[in-house]
Amino acid sequence: MGPFLDFNPFDNLLCILLGISFTVWFTLLLVFIIVPAIFGVSFGIRRLYMKTLLKIFEWATHRIERGAKDNNHLLYKHYSNAIIAKEPTSLEEEINEIRRRGSNRDLDSASAFEMSDIFYFCRRGVESIMDDEVTKRFSAEELESWNLLTRSNYNFQHISLRLTVLWGLGVVIRYGFLLPLRVTLAFTGVGLLVVLTSIIGFLPNGRMKNFLSEQVHLMCYRICVRALTAIITYHDSENKPKNGGICVANHTSPIDVIILASDGCYAMVGQIHGGLMGVIQKSMVKACPHIWFERSEVKDRHLVAKRLSDHVEDTTKLPILIFPEGTCINNTSVMMFKKGSFEIGSTVYPVAIKYDPRFGDAFWNSSQFGMVNYLLRMMSSWAIVCSVWYLPPMTREEGEDAVQFASRVKAAIARQGGLVDLLWDGGLKRGKVKDAFKEEQQKLYSKMLVGTQEDRSRS
Amino acid sequence: MGSRASSLLREEEIEEIKKETGFSHSQITRLYSRFTSLDKGENGTLGREDFQRIPELAINPLGDRIINAFFPEGEDQVNFRGFMRTLAHFRPIEDNEKNKDPTASEPLNSRINKLLFAFQLYDLDRDDKISRDELLQVLRMMVGVNISDEQLGSIADRTIQEADQNGDNSISFNEFIKVLEKVDVEQKMSIRFLH
Repeated sequence: MGPFLDFNPFDNLLCILLGISFTVWFTLLLVFIIVPAIFGVSFGIRRLYMKTLLKIFEWATHRIERGAKDNNHLLYKHYSNAIIAKEPTSLEEEINEIRRRGSNRDLDSASAFEMSDIFYFCRRGVESIMDDEVTKRFSAEELESWNLLTRSNYNFQHISLRLTVLWGLGVVIRYGFLLPLRVTLAFTGVGLLVVLTSIIGFLPNGRMKNFLSEQVHLMCYRICVRALTAIITYHDSENKPKNGGICVANHTSPIDVIILASDGCYAMVGQIHGGLMGVIQKSMVKACPHIWFERSEVKDRHLVAKRLSDHVEDTTKLPILIFPEGTCINNTSVMMFKKGSFEIGSTVYPVAIKYDPRFGDAFWNSSQFGMVNYLLRMMSSWAIVCSVWYLPPMTREEGEDAVQFASRVKAAIARQGGLVDLLWDGGLKRGKVKDAFKEEQQKLYSKMLVGTQEDRSRS
Repeated sequence: MGSRASSLLREEEIEEIKKETGFSHSQITRLYSRFTSLDKGENGTLGREDFQRIPELAINPLGDRIINAFFPEGEDQVNFRGFMRTLAHFRPIEDNEKNKDPTASEPLNSRINKLLFAFQLYDLDRDDKISRDELLQVLRMMVGVNISDEQLGSIADRTIQEADQNGDNSISFNEFIKVLEKVDVEQKMSIRFLH
C-alpha cells in the first residue's frame, strides 16, 4: 500500500510543474516574439544568437582540421569551387591557333578543314564533363566551415569527444527546443493570417480596409519570419517598390516571399493550389487584390499579361511581386529571366536576395524534397540569415526589347548580390537544352570552313 | 547524398586509380564528387542520359561522340574506374614523365594516347581506319546544315588525299599521327587542374 500512496502527491506535483512551465513558456513566447512582431520592433536576441553561433562554428571547423591532420586523413575538398582552369578563348581563336602551329603546309594553300579541328570540341566537351556551370546550380552550395549540421558535412567522423558532444547538444537544441517553438509560431502566424484577412474581407472597400489589410499582412509575415528565425538585413530601403510597379527578385526558395513581404506590402502572383495553400490564398485575396490564376489560365500568356497590366495601371493597388527565373536556383547565380514581366511596360524595382549558407541552406531542391520536408529542414536549421538589397527602379529604354531589358535587370541584381550572372535557363533543371545553341556553334564553325574557301576562290 | 561521397571510395581504390591514371589524391576525390553528382540514379554507374543532362555537353556538336568514348564496346554503363580512365587522357603531361623508362607501359595521357582518343572519335567502327564515310559523318556533325553535301564531300576528299600515303583511300592511325606531327597535342588535348 505504501508505495501507491507515495505516487499520488508526486503526480500532482508533476501536473503543477507542467502547468507552470507551459504558462511560463507561452508568456515568454508572447512577450518576446509575438508582441514585437505585431509592432515591428526587435529585441536583438536573434543577432546575439547569430554571433554566438559563428564563434562555435569556427571552433568546430578548427577542431576538424586539426583532427584530420593528426590522423593523417586527407580532408574531402569541396567541389563547388572550380576544379579545372577553363580557357576563355573562342571557337575561332582556338582552332586558328591549332592550325597555324600545326600545319605542314604554309597558310595560303591551307585546306579549309584540318583534322586537328576536333581537338577544340573534344577538349571543351571533356571540360564540361569535369565541371560545368549549370548542373551545380541545382544542388545546395557546399560550405567551407562546418555548421554542426550533419546534412552539410562530408567529413563527419568521430574526431573528438568534445565535437561529438557539441553536435549532439546541437541536435537536442534544434529538434527539442527550436523546432517545436517554430512550428507553434508558424501555425500561429498562418492561422492569424487566414482568420484576420477573412474578417477584413467583410469591410467595405476603402482606405480603412487597405490600411488594416496591410497591417495584418505585415504582422503575420513577421510572425512567420520569427518562426524561421530569419535574421534579415534590409539595405537601401529608400528604393522600396511603390504602387503601380513590378518588383522582381532572384528566387532561391518559397521563403523569399515571406522575407520580402514582411518588410513591405505586395500583391502576389501565382497559381491557385488546393489544400492548405489554397485556403490561405483565398482568404488573402479577400483583404486585398492578389493575382491568382487557375491552372488552365497559366498557359494563356496573353491572359496573364492582360491581368498583370490591368493591375499595375491601377495605382491604388500594391506592387506586384514576381520571380522571373521561374524556378528555385541555389543562390550562387542568377539564371535567365523570363521576359513576360518585362513586356508590361511599367517601372521595375529589382531586389537582390542573398542568403548566408552558414546557418542553414535555404535552397529548395524540389526534386529532392517535397514542400513539407523542406519546411521541416528549414525549421530545424540554426537560422536563416540573409541580406536584401532594394535596387533603384529601372524602366525599359528606347530601342531596347524585353529580352535585353530583362538581361540588364538580371545583371544589376547579380552584381549587387555577388552572384554569377548566367545566360542559361533555369528550366534546364528539368528540361533539355534547346538545339538552337548547338546550331549556333555549328554555324560558327561552318563559317570558318566556308569562309576560307571564298577567300581562295577570290584570289 | 553528400555523405556517400567519401564513404564509398576506399583508400585502396584511390591508390589503384592513382597508379593507373596518375591523378593526385585530391583530384580523384573531387572527380568522385562530380561523378556522384552526375549519377542521378545513385547506382554507382553513369549511363548516356546522365552525360546528356549536362547542357554544355548537349550543345557540343561532337557531344555524342565524346560520350561514346566513355563506354567500352557494347556497354551502357560506366563505373568510376572507367570514368577516370577516360578522363586520364586529358591529364597534362608533366616534365618528369617525359624521360621515363621506355620499357614501362604507356601512360594514359601520353601524346600517342591523346591522338588515339581523337582518332577514335572519327573511327566509329573501330577498324583502325578512318574511311571517307566516317570522315563525312564527323564533318556533318560539326557543320550542321550550313554546308552542302558536295562541298562537304570535296573537303573530305581533299583531306584524305593529303593524309593518305598508302593509297587505300582511308586514313590509318599512323597516317593520322603523321598529319598532326606539328600540332601541339600535349597542350590542346590537356585540361589543367587547379589543385
